[in-house]
Amino acid sequence: MDALEIARWQFGITTVYHFLMVPLTIGLGLVVAVLQTAWHRTGKEEYLRMTKFWGKLFLINFIMGVATGIVQEFQFGMAWSEYSRFVGDVFGAPLAMEALLAFFVESTFLGLWIFGWDRLPRRIHLAAIWIASLASIFSAYFILVANSWMQHPVGTEIVNGRAVMTDAWAVFTNNTALVTFPHTIFGAFAVAGGFLLGISWYHLYKRRQSGIDTVDADGKVVVGESATLGRNRDRIDYRVWIKSLRIGAVVAMVAFAGVALSGHAQAQLMIQQQPMKMAAAEAACHDGTGFSLLSIGDLRSGGATTCDDVVGVFEIPGLLSFLAYDNFTTEVKGVNTLLPEYQEKYGTHLPDNPIYGDRAGTEINYLPVMEVTYWGFRLMITLGGLSAVAAAVALWLTRKGTVPHSKWISRLALFGMLAPFGANSAGWIFTEMGRQPFVVAPNPSFEGIDQVFMHTAAAVSPGVSAGEMLFSLIVLTLIYAVLLVVEVVLLTRYVRGGIGSAMPELRDHPDDGQQDTDVLSFAY
Amino acid sequence: MEFLPTLWFILIAVLWGGYLFLEGFDLGVGMLMKTFARNEKQRRVLLNTIGPVWDGNEVWLITAGAATFAAFPYWYASLFSALYIPLVLVLVALIFRAVAFEYRGKAHTRTARNAWDWAICLGSFTAAFGVGAMLALSTTGLPLNANGDRVGGPFAWFNIYAVLGGVGVVAFCLVQGLAFLGLKTDGEIRTRAARILARWLPVALLPLAAWAVAVALLNNSATALAPLGLAVCALVFAWIHARKTNEGLAFIGMGIFLLAGVAAIFVAAYPNVLPSTIDAAYNLTVTNASSSPYTLKLMSIVAAFGLPLVLAYQGWTYWVFRKRISEAHIPEAHAVTPIV
Repeated sequence: MDALEIARWQFGITTVYHFLMVPLTIGLGLVVAVLQTAWHRTGKEEYLRMTKFWGKLFLINFIMGVATGIVQEFQFGMAWSEYSRFVGDVFGAPLAMEALLAFFVESTFLGLWIFGWDRLPRRIHLAAIWIASLASIFSAYFILVANSWMQHPVGTEIVNGRAVMTDAWAVFTNNTALVTFPHTIFGAFAVAGGFLLGISWYHLYKRRQSGIDTVDADGKVVVGESATLGRNRDRIDYRVWIKSLRIGAVVAMVAFAGVALSGHAQAQLMIQQQPMKMAAAEAACHDGTGFSLLSIGDLRSGGATTCDDVVGVFEIPGLLSFLAYDNFTTEVKGVNTLLPEYQEKYGTHLPDNPIYGDRAGTEINYLPVMEVTYWGFRLMITLGGLSAVAAAVALWLTRKGTVPHSKWISRLALFGMLAPFGANSAGWIFTEMGRQPFVVAPNPSFEGIDQVFMHTAAAVSPGVSAGEMLFSLIVLTLIYAVLLVVEVVLLTRYVRGGIGSAMPELRDHPDDGQQDTDVLSFAY
Repeated sequence: MEFLPTLWFILIAVLWGGYLFLEGFDLGVGMLMKTFARNEKQRRVLLNTIGPVWDGNEVWLITAGAATFAAFPYWYASLFSALYIPLVLVLVALIFRAVAFEYRGKAHTRTARNAWDWAICLGSFTAAFGVGAMLALSTTGLPLNANGDRVGGPFAWFNIYAVLGGVGVVAFCLVQGLAFLGLKTDGEIRTRAARILARWLPVALLPLAAWAVAVALLNNSATALAPLGLAVCALVFAWIHARKTNEGLAFIGMGIFLLAGVAAIFVAAYPNVLPSTIDAAYNLTVTNASSSPYTLKLMSIVAAFGLPLVLAYQGWTYWVFRKRISEAHIPEAHAVTPIV
């Protein structure tokens, strides 16, 4: 592997990893804000417990997102200096705005929330979590503006060989960003919904397994309580889990509807803006209207010129055209139609310029790695859809107030939490790999500025050796792996501790209510 | 002198100054976790003094980086890629430090807690040293070719200025951390911090002052003399008050020393943002490294609105958490035990 390939692996690994934490932060943050509002409004103990418990898990996850986010900002300059020089005028602005207008707010107000439980007036404390949560969503918008510009550069012209912003409004209202933003945010809520659902299911199952909750002849729940662990597993505890479960299921289903609708809007733009990505998503060599359910053949064989070894086995007629054009008949262009178009527009060979390193003068392969795009696209849709179906089934199974007494379903519920994470990762891998060989894709759509593009091969830092890249790839990957284990162990421990892990007063002093409220104020 | 690039040069200096001023003491407190705190209670006092604010402080670093990217893409690209290995180490340090703050209290064994303490201590040290070295090299120069890329291998950046900047920031953070503890704690920690501060303050500020003088000499800058003079006055002022155990005034004095020092360094370096040690023709300057006037104008509007707002709500945060903390305040640690 040369420096370019290592840098790409590093960017892929660190970004996908970072985006395991981000959606949970975004989704769970707003859920916690809503729960605390419910507590503030109703004064019901279960909402306080929900706020504290989910808030604790939120924080354990949040910090990992913060820690891995700094790597993202630094590595543009470190590993992709040519990219940074080329795009900095346009791409740097949303990043700087994210830091200045969103991340500052999020970090500061989250600190106020964590340490402010008894130091701030209740309303202001509630406002703190709302502000922090909304700032995290705002922050996603800026980052997606930056990413959308790479997918679909607008508001820009080339001056002295670099992209220069000419219209900030166009950059910040890029139609790609406007559909990617809801898609990503709904994806984050799918993650949070599944998280609530899986963990609550597990706790309700454990209550049944320990004989605390039982069911009557009609299958309706008979809620009980266990005296052995303070107020930790009382009737309020039951309400915490059943409410969290239902909230989680509803959030997951609504989120999926939002993801599907915005995804449809994305596909309609993608066909205009990155037709090759659409073709690669389908592994479609030839023009057609059908959505492939299974295609076989050597997805890699395309190369620069042809793509004839892939055969569709099953397809749903008309669905692809519906996705792309809202009708069932307009043909979507396949790879073999698009390759000559790309070659004619953007050339057959990379220029003989030292900026392309060893790749200068070589033939350009306009075809993304179709195994990744084809399966990434399907994995995203399948995992997302399965999560929504699972949420609906969960609501139905718990209609009588508790979960079935089944170890296997409870395990399924726990493992099911991974599905929305997987869908998010698959979606990002698809859309980033599908943009190749470009790091900034040309914009052939009707408002297009087709000259603003950059080959990934030209983006890497020329002064950084493969050895340095390899060093950081290994170091970061190892650290990330260790920290993932640490995070999962901690989350597991706090989940298994139940409400008591976030509210020790429930366990240590079962009889005297609110006395130990200082614990979160000294969070460290 | 072009107005917008110069304005952004000043703003980037402000962001770095703000970062060192604010995160300076929390990096210092982080380093003191292993070197100053004597027992578990004291370590928890230390952590809780910076608990509500460290993350907000760290965003100054992120903003400084992103603002450099937006306003001076060539500076950002050349500096960050030239210092590839040291910045990897800074990132690793920042990752461990952040995670350790949150996870330390959740550790169940003494060994694990101890490991997180080391992560905080070494993470704070490495981050402070790395940022200091990076800024020192940005103001004194790196071996860059015509394209702005580093030549001479992964460690070609290493020189006396890197060490000077690194040591300067680390030492500053340590004494600023001590002054902060004097301000924010009570009891044994406060008196001991004040005592150590009064003894070490002038020595600890010397390397940073030496870096500022070096940049002024390298550039024959007379204009840097004014902020340098102010820095010296602030140093004397801080020392006098440290000896009288006026921690607040000592803290402010050191803060002014830092900001004046950073001002001297950036004033002396102007108009260079990153000189090349190979050929002055390759120097990156405010003019040839900056973004277009359009982008700079846009970013100026955003900064004019955003920066005062940040200062306001971060200032308010410090006011909310203004109370002193002592060992008596720290509740017993509670272990999370599984119920299911």
